[in-house]
Amino acid sequence: MSFSYLNACLAVLLAWAAIGLAGMIRPRSLEFAGRTLFPLGALCGIALAVLAVASIATPVERAVLPIGLPGMPFHVRRDALASAFLALLGGASAGISIFSTGYFRKGEGALPGLLCLEYHVFLASMGLVLLADDAYAFMVAWETMALSSYFLVTTQHRIPEIRSAGFLYLLIAHVGAIAILLSFGVMQGGSWQFTFDAMRAAHLSSGWATVAFGLALFGFGAKAGLVPLHVWLPEAHPAAPSPVSALMSGVMLKTAVYGLLRVTFDLLSSLQWWWGLVALGLGLVSAFYGVIFAAVQTDMKRLLAWSSIENIGIVFTGVGLTIVFRGVGMGPLAALALVATLYHCLNHAFMKSVLFLGTGSVLHATGERNLGRLGGLIHRMPWVAWLTLVGVLAIAGLPPLNGFVSEWLLLQAFLFAGDVPQTFVNMLLPVGAAVVALCTALAGYVMVKFFGVIFLGQPREAALAQAHDAGVVERLGLAWLGLGCVGLGLFPVQVIDTLDLVARELLKVPAGRWGGAWWLLAPAAARHASYGPLALFGVTLIVVALAALGVRAVYRRRVHRGPAWDCGFVRLDARMQDTAEGFGQPIRHVFEPFFQMQRELPTPFDAAPRYRVTVGDRIWTLLYLPLGGTVRWVADLVARLQQGRIATYLLYSFVTLIVLLALVL
Amino acid sequence: MTTLDIVTQLLEIACAMLAAPAFLGWVNQCRAWLQNRSAPSLLQPYYGLRKLFHKDAILADNASSLFRLAPYVVFGMMVAAAAIIPSMGTGLPLSTAADGIALVGLLATARVFLSLAAMDVGTAFGTLGARREMMVGFLAEPALLMVLFVAAMISKTTSLPLIAEGLTTRALALYPSLAFTAVAFTMVLLAENARIPVDNPATHLELTMIHEAMLLEYSGRHLAMMEWAAALKLFNYACIGFALFIPWGTSTEAGGPPGLLLAVPVLVAKLAVAGAGLAVIETLSAKLRVFRAPEFLATAFLLAVLGLLVHLLLGD
Repeated sequence: MSFSYLNACLAVLLAWAAIGLAGMIRPRSLEFAGRTLFPLGALCGIALAVLAVASIATPVERAVLPIGLPGMPFHVRRDALASAFLALLGGASAGISIFSTGYFRKGEGALPGLLCLEYHVFLASMGLVLLADDAYAFMVAWETMALSSYFLVTTQHRIPEIRSAGFLYLLIAHVGAIAILLSFGVMQGGSWQFTFDAMRAAHLSSGWATVAFGLALFGFGAKAGLVPLHVWLPEAHPAAPSPVSALMSGVMLKTAVYGLLRVTFDLLSSLQWWWGLVALGLGLVSAFYGVIFAAVQTDMKRLLAWSSIENIGIVFTGVGLTIVFRGVGMGPLAALALVATLYHCLNHAFMKSVLFLGTGSVLHATGERNLGRLGGLIHRMPWVAWLTLVGVLAIAGLPPLNGFVSEWLLLQAFLFAGDVPQTFVNMLLPVGAAVVALCTALAGYVMVKFFGVIFLGQPREAALAQAHDAGVVERLGLAWLGLGCVGLGLFPVQVIDTLDLVARELLKVPAGRWGGAWWLLAPAAARHASYGPLALFGVTLIVVALAALGVRAVYRRRVHRGPAWDCGFVRLDARMQDTAEGFGQPIRHVFEPFFQMQRELPTPFDAAPRYRVTVGDRIWTLLYLPLGGTVRWVADLVARLQQGRIATYLLYSFVTLIVLLALVL
Repeated sequence: MTTLDIVTQLLEIACAMLAAPAFLGWVNQCRAWLQNRSAPSLLQPYYGLRKLFHKDAILADNASSLFRLAPYVVFGMMVAAAAIIPSMGTGLPLSTAADGIALVGLLATARVFLSLAAMDVGTAFGTLGARREMMVGFLAEPALLMVLFVAAMISKTTSLPLIAEGLTTRALALYPSLAFTAVAFTMVLLAENARIPVDNPATHLELTMIHEAMLLEYSGRHLAMMEWAAALKLFNYACIGFALFIPWGTSTEAGGPPGLLLAVPVLVAKLAVAGAGLAVIETLSAKLRVFRAPEFLATAFLLAVLGLLVHLLLGD
């Protein structure tokens, strides 16, 4: 058998599954499962990333696997889109696996071997989702992914909150999975063939195509955490161990984006431009809603979870923009928007993983997730602090790191949309750009709060003085992902030349021109605009270095250390710094109508005055609680049939019989 | 890239670095005259910088290396920003590497570092300043981006020199969209540079201070770098305004070396008028309560978006 990239990728997935099973040989041994098997998993991740990048330009490969039901084998297929997401999976998971090697400890919930099994099955199932070429294989992989991640979320299942978070996650994952299944059901178009090839060949009427798209948007949106299906995310991410949060937020959410791209641009033979407006609108709402809630959180992992909702919103905005441009036949702009979308997926996988892993190290060192009990950790944990700072600057969309590149591309796509035939869309798109700009600026706010409250200032608790820096392996994992952020930021042309292959395949557009030179990003679709991060970074670095050296050469004075001045106030203590609540207060104030706030204000006569504010999600009270109430009400109605007396059940049978007889006769 | 381009580039950087404190001095001088005070010398900011460079620096006991690094980063960002704004000539080699969006990104990077440094020592004033700075920033940044977008849509590019060139060569006409954005831009300029009505650069120890609150723990050379960077920021904003709204007189490719020589007095004249105008605005308006600042900036943001919509409606 000759070498094929598809087989090699499948071999990696198989290796992951095997590593997982190997963990069960000695499930209680942390030394074996944690310290030996996780690095192997990381190596597999690197191998997968290399294979995926190498294969992206090669022709489509397919295979039929001899597993599955009789007469329904698994079909697999690898194309450029799958390769791009496999690269994301491999690259990000490698860093997370390295980190995990040093992260998992004894006595934290599940057995190490079991964790190893769930973790690697999770990885392998995500890979299979990307390679699946029929609805059956896709759904099996999708469900395996949901279940394995459910077990990972509930690692510490003895805590009731974590159990209920896990339940919510499982519930919404399954509501979404049903929608995806139904979407596949619509797309087979009466052929009753569930391979993706049959779906590509089926010609749906525009009404049915819209139904299929709507179901797919709902199903994949539920997995991705699109508002209003986002409620599981802020619960599940903080509940899971940090590497799992990183994997879920960084990688698993992207499989949903992959699914939506696959359905919209590959499986559906035609698309309507206005679908894009729906996706765009939902994306913008999610981005805005996510970022303002992130700004008011007081739990560091919950803050990051809300920030993931924001980023998924930006990704869906890009998807929507692509659909609009594709629908009205503007190929180059559609390619620009799609590249921006894919780039942001890739960026988010790296930067969000850095941040989640950083919180993991903080959690291990201090035992605290509450921002109000952290502070000043840059002194105790310099490695984690500086590596996290890379992720912070990247996700805040600052040049020259990677978050800025995708933001730049997306804004260019918005800006040069000018010629969409529908005039009102022309008017709407710039407003969309304004929302994206606002969200990016707010992301900066959120990230200053995140980094400033955890790592800067004075320690808010005495116990923080004992915090220790992360171990070497953990630093290595963080550094891998941080380097990813820097690399993706400094070499956009090389990344985009690769992603362009995906755009060409999905949108059937000719190769675009993206670079003016190897260091200069200059998309042809965005006329005359260019961005050269390497040059910009180089110049800034030179200026900073010259300034520092120049000052050092001229400056003849010494630097002393002394107590903080604080305007001459001498009794400074840690409680005088802003708390997380305090830092988020302007956002609470400015965007008050969006929050459900409960304030407890002290009166002047209180002996022990207390100020407390809780911020709730209106969508939870306005949508989910009534929905849950309705389900319960229906269930109660049904329960009335259940009398528990044999005579009543006999009566039911009798009545049914009579009714049936009446129908037949 | 011609020799002239390189000369223009270096001249712009040098001019910005050297002239920025003088511009600040000029604004202060005008303010003093308008308030019927005897004015400090135009060179006062330079004396201030020299004084600071001659003093020992005192760092708080728990200041981290981020705190020491931040002044240089903020300064570096401002110099990089000055390098890509076409204040004198449009032939800027560096501006191919960074367009208008990147300019906003550079300014945002400076803001984030400044805020982080303010939080580093962990004083009440520092975190308060950082929080307020980010509050001003999260509305001012998108507003500035929208202002740039209007200009970018008119000239079909986000590259600043091309925008300036495009606007220079067009027939002299009043663009309604640019009128809206000019107002928005002025509001952003006031807010971002810690000017009245959002902040007051002349007071310390006021409960409403923003920018000064972040610098309280700095002294000596670090403070000097921060002050210099603040002066550069004001200079940069003024030059962004010139490039977008009154780009005439900037030297272009066609102008050659005489054009560049002519551009210097033109820039000085523009700065003189703009500085006086800024002083008038500051003298005439009252300081807003801190929580009115978001409303002020939201107005700027909406005006900029309106400008964008007007541009699309009228198609100018």
